[in-house]
Amino acid sequence: MNVFQPEAPLLQVHNVTRYYGDRIGCLDVSFDLWPGEVLAIVGESGSGKTTLLNCLSTRLAPTAGAIEYRMRDGAMRNLYQLTEAERRLLMRTDWGFVHQNAADGLRMNVSAGANVGERLMAVGDRHYGNIRSTADDWLGRVEIESDRIDDDPRSFSGGMRQRLQIARNLVTRPRLVFMDEPTGGLDVSVQARLLDLLRRLVADLGLSVVIVTHDLAVARLLSHRIMVMRHGNVIEAGLTDQVLDDPREPYTQLLVSSILQV
Amino acid sequence: MNDTAQIFDQGEYNFAYLDEQTKRMIRRAILKGIAIPGYQVPFASREMPMPYGWGTGGVQVTASILGKDDCLKMIDQGSDDTTNAVSIRGFFEKTAGVRTTYETSEATVIQTRHRIPEKGLREDQVLVFQVPIPEPLRFLEPRETETRKMHALEDYGLMHVKLYEDIAKNGHIATTYAYPVKVNDRYVMDPSPTPKFDNPKIDQMPALQLYGAGREKRIYAIPPYTKVKSLDFDDYPFEVQKFDKPCGLCGAENVYLDEVILDDQGGRMYVCSDSDHCEERRANGHLGPMAADPAATHFAGGASEETVQ
Repeated sequence: MNVFQPEAPLLQVHNVTRYYGDRIGCLDVSFDLWPGEVLAIVGESGSGKTTLLNCLSTRLAPTAGAIEYRMRDGAMRNLYQLTEAERRLLMRTDWGFVHQNAADGLRMNVSAGANVGERLMAVGDRHYGNIRSTADDWLGRVEIESDRIDDDPRSFSGGMRQRLQIARNLVTRPRLVFMDEPTGGLDVSVQARLLDLLRRLVADLGLSVVIVTHDLAVARLLSHRIMVMRHGNVIEAGLTDQVLDDPREPYTQLLVSSILQV
Repeated sequence: MNDTAQIFDQGEYNFAYLDEQTKRMIRRAILKGIAIPGYQVPFASREMPMPYGWGTGGVQVTASILGKDDCLKMIDQGSDDTTNAVSIRGFFEKTAGVRTTYETSEATVIQTRHRIPEKGLREDQVLVFQVPIPEPLRFLEPRETETRKMHALEDYGLMHVKLYEDIAKNGHIATTYAYPVKVNDRYVMDPSPTPKFDNPKIDQMPALQLYGAGREKRIYAIPPYTKVKSLDFDDYPFEVQKFDKPCGLCGAENVYLDEVILDDQGGRMYVCSDSDHCEERRANGHLGPMAADPAATHFAGGASEETVQ
């Protein structure tokens, strides 16, 4: 999948700051994301993880700072200088966004097949048979039976909805996927299955992923690199294993030590 | 005409009910709509002396374009003599004093609810539609702010999601009326509640088409000879309804038919929805298979209150 030299970052974040009035959402965050890399943003509730994710995915304009993305033609573009049309095209072709609550990312009143096919139709696919077989193929990849293709997501369990949401996002072969607590609200065995699936898809497709989670186990399983946030600041960043095995900051040590051991 | 003109002269109403400033405002919206085919132009819709849903948008458009020499035809579900047509025709006879007609070829302004006449229209005619819901994306995306943005960015993938759902659930595109069209390769438009049978007539029509939605405060237009394409899939092309029998009264084929229940014994017949077209054919000696049937004769003999539509 990677058509670029590994030395060229996919996403460059420069001093992104977001204020909510006087309050800080996130402050002065900078990092590079490389093709095929999975970056986890961890921290407790209110630490600014989701604010940062929303800034990165153009859902929320930052107060200051710049975010650059390498388009498919290889050019770096400032995301907030794209036109609305370019940004929409980017969001439904080259990007994906997996919401914590699958109902936010799905159209609940149309069938599973149409949910997966929507992006294809949005970029101009006009052959019903092709759209349907592609949708069927993707449902298979996320372990949803073919005979559920015409069912509404309403009739799906929480885990199935989440897998459907992932299929819907990946159908246009995006290069960058944002995930906001993708395993939140699922029970443990379903979480494990979803994580397995995500790990396989990410590796197969060579996806770059920015994943926000408060669950360090999810970060450990999926991510290569990790950023720990607190009060809107990135307080520690590094390789996942390194940060989690040998946390430097007292707050990170606290987080790591507060994982329940069974 | 004389006595209706008299009422007008008494000064009870301005010509065609609306005041001149309002007409001016609506004409501006119409001109903008013609300049941008298929684009929904907002306008300051007025209260009309009839309820919403009875054609307040169409009436305002008609009132704005009507001149003293115009001849008006009113259609309600294809028929000239059903409630909506009768009441609006009466309204304009009273407030404008214009000539009215049942005959499609004689009219210069035709206001319609649901149907486009079977007879081809000419360049010197104007067809005014009464539109209940102008936004084709309404039931797919309830946010008006979002649908406007989608129109602006030509972001119409969602429309095909609906057609996809139709095929997935019914095996074919089951949308039979308000079938979405793309106008002049740009705007997706809802041709109001016309049956999709009439969609091919919208394409390259010689007459000007104006669409007025009173409650939603929108006007849109299709200029003469504009390309209008019904949305479809490559492997499920657009097609219109087909009827397996001709009109029971006039024997016409390839026209839109209404089912009429004749009795409580299961008796029924299919007749032209366009009543003027049917009458003209019968006057020219065309007879359908049911033309001699007593029940049908009774129906055709002007007992219009029995029209079940």
